[in-house]
Amino acid sequence: MIKKDVLGIRDMSKEDLIEILDTAKEMKKIIEGEKISDILKGKTIITIFFEPSTRTRLSFEMAAKYLGAHFGNIETKTSSVIKGESLIDTVRTVERMKADVIIVRHNMSGAPHLMAKYLNASIINAGDGLNEHPTQALLDLMTIREKKESFKGLKVVIIGDIVHSRVARSNMWGLLKLGAEVRLAGPATLLPKTFEKLGAKVYYDIDKAIEDVDVVMGLRIQLERQKSGLFPSKDEFARYFGITSERMKLAKKNAILMHPGPINRNVEISSETANSGYSVIEEQVTNGVAVRMALLKLLCERRKNNENNY
Amino acid sequence: MKTIIKGGTIINGYGGNEKADILVDNGKVEAIEKTIESNDALIIDANGKYVLPGFVDMHTHLRQPGFEEKETIKTGTHAAVAGGYTTVACMPNTNPVIDNEVVVEYIKSIAKRDGYSKVIPIGSMTKGMMGEEISEMAKLKDAGIVALSDDGHPIMNAGLMKRIMIYGSMYDLLMITHCEDKMLSGEGVMNNGLISTMIGLRGIPHEAEEVMIARNIILAKSTGARLHIAHVSTKDSVELIRRAKADGVNITAEVTPHNLCLTEEIVDGFDTNTKAYPPLRTKEDVDALIEGLKDGTIDVIATDHAPHTKDDKKVPYEIAAFGISGIEIAFSVIYTYLVKNGLITLEDLVSYMSINPAKLLKTSYGIKVGNAADITVVDTNKEYTVNVDNFKSKGKNSPFNGKRLTGVVEYTLVDGKIIYKNNGKFEECNV
Ligand SMILES: [Zn+2]
Repeated sequence: MIKKDVLGIRDMSKEDLIEILDTAKEMKKIIEGEKISDILKGKTIITIFFEPSTRTRLSFEMAAKYLGAHFGNIETKTSSVIKGESLIDTVRTVERMKADVIIVRHNMSGAPHLMAKYLNASIINAGDGLNEHPTQALLDLMTIREKKESFKGLKVVIIGDIVHSRVARSNMWGLLKLGAEVRLAGPATLLPKTFEKLGAKVYYDIDKAIEDVDVVMGLRIQLERQKSGLFPSKDEFARYFGITSERMKLAKKNAILMHPGPINRNVEISSETANSGYSVIEEQVTNGVAVRMALLKLLCERRKNNENNY
Repeated sequence: MKTIIKGGTIINGYGGNEKADILVDNGKVEAIEKTIESNDALIIDANGKYVLPGFVDMHTHLRQPGFEEKETIKTGTHAAVAGGYTTVACMPNTNPVIDNEVVVEYIKSIAKRDGYSKVIPIGSMTKGMMGEEISEMAKLKDAGIVALSDDGHPIMNAGLMKRIMIYGSMYDLLMITHCEDKMLSGEGVMNNGLISTMIGLRGIPHEAEEVMIARNIILAKSTGARLHIAHVSTKDSVELIRRAKADGVNITAEVTPHNLCLTEEIVDGFDTNTKAYPPLRTKEDVDALIEGLKDGTIDVIATDHAPHTKDDKKVPYEIAAFGISGIEIAFSVIYTYLVKNGLITLEDLVSYMSINPAKLLKTSYGIKVGNAADITVVDTNKEYTVNVDNFKSKGKNSPFNGKRLTGVVEYTLVDGKIIYKNNGKFEECNV
């Protein structure tokens, strides 16, 4: 039974993950059947994004609409929060609009946790700072599950700017919980050894990292990290840490290639590889809607069962 | 008004530990004897309790002038006496900064008017704490400061730091340095390590502190300045100070109660009340800090009492203010975590929280006949649960909220007057 809020994969149990993935599978049928369900009739879902992301927001909007919920969207600049209008007050205003579920994206780690502490509505973390991006991880897990059936013993490598990646963290937690082997690869300035203490394997040689894996996951590299001196150039990154067709050959034959998008082509993934048969990047997008539907459904059911507690 | 503190066990700060009565009159300790009888004295029953020299905090933020919404001299010293402190030295990061004699005079006069404890202002090293021009140290000294610090604004320019040490040493001023290399701490908000990696908060590496301590030690060695390292937090910092002491450098150091008793683990969950500079570190660091206290490497436990408003903390961790409000529970925290666990003795606690800081601030210390009667009576059998809503300080920002602590401050006497009594009532409030 999932908690009141979905703040991260780290605090979810294996059973929660399976329940969500199973539900998402059902939800995908609704999408493919192209009919709208009324599971969430009368519910109000609101997204509030303090950091722009059209893709993720749209995915939540589609999910809410497929289930027949009211949907609203608020975009706001983080700067107004810093000016003194408290984050909690802002979100509380949204809650007063009778929102059942509020979906939050924020550029600071822990911001959704802060809201969850003070609000009655269920909060879904749509990405907080460097911490977690649970819905992205869930859609990645769903995609892997469709292609690989079992997580047990599966080898997954995540490549790139790990330390600044909430996608990497959420995926790592989820994969470890489900029994996969998680490898992390990237330049040492973007990948502290400390990750080994969390249960992953750390590689600075991408060829070794990719060897014999079932899943290769690239991350978007923020080019401004170069200016902060974390890596020397785009070209050097592409040559030593980029995912190329050559390197994909080191992986298992039926390996799949994933990326949360949007891709810096020819930096983290070469253009031909992104378009190759390995790629499941487009399926990730569809699954994104399905897992978000699943979360909305499960949270609203939970709220119904606990009505007096909220 | 004569007062007799009856039947308590006195730890006088000179190595003595005896069960005796203390006669207080005219603000001073008049007599210490097995039994003192008097018909016209106020009696404090200290039976079963300890009578200690009042605590001295050499690192407090009183926030006045400039940030009265966070704390005032009135509320800050009220909190201080509730914590058993009879003297506090206040940091200069006020607005205006304590970089001139007028602000020193202002603080002294407000403290005289509505302060509960004694207040010793600390002057800034540079004008406006801007790290550019050295402040008017001689004038500041004449106005009453005994120490200099730019606290949260470490002097990044080593040449400037050297000139501060040379100039300030003419007036024998203590150089209290917040050691942080800003290039290394960067945008960090918590200890760099396992937890920061786990929860995606930017880390402050321990080297940020150590690099600066090493630099300041080198400069103090060459200038002969009296160097005091504020809030030490890492294992290697302790080792650097230990070696400097062995090397004959004129150096002392302090540690905060929270750095001594808490680790980075409690940052998991994003409670902004755990955010402080230096950050809460690891168990290994905590063990080294305790070791440092025990072998005399670290001289002082100072609170770095840093009150903030609720709004300063009710925001995401990254933008929350750094600092913990801690002066009124410092004794209980140290008693509970260190004394009760047998790591240090109550006599040690008195050295770290009263005697050593008093010596560094060149104020009177210890309980003896003729000294100012700055005395704290504590009951080490009583327990309580910390509730920040009961804090006298305006700052409710404490990671100890809800924790069960042992050791209660029963009475605080400043210059012989009962300024604080455990029931919260104040007999007198003039210092
Ligand atoms: Zn300070």
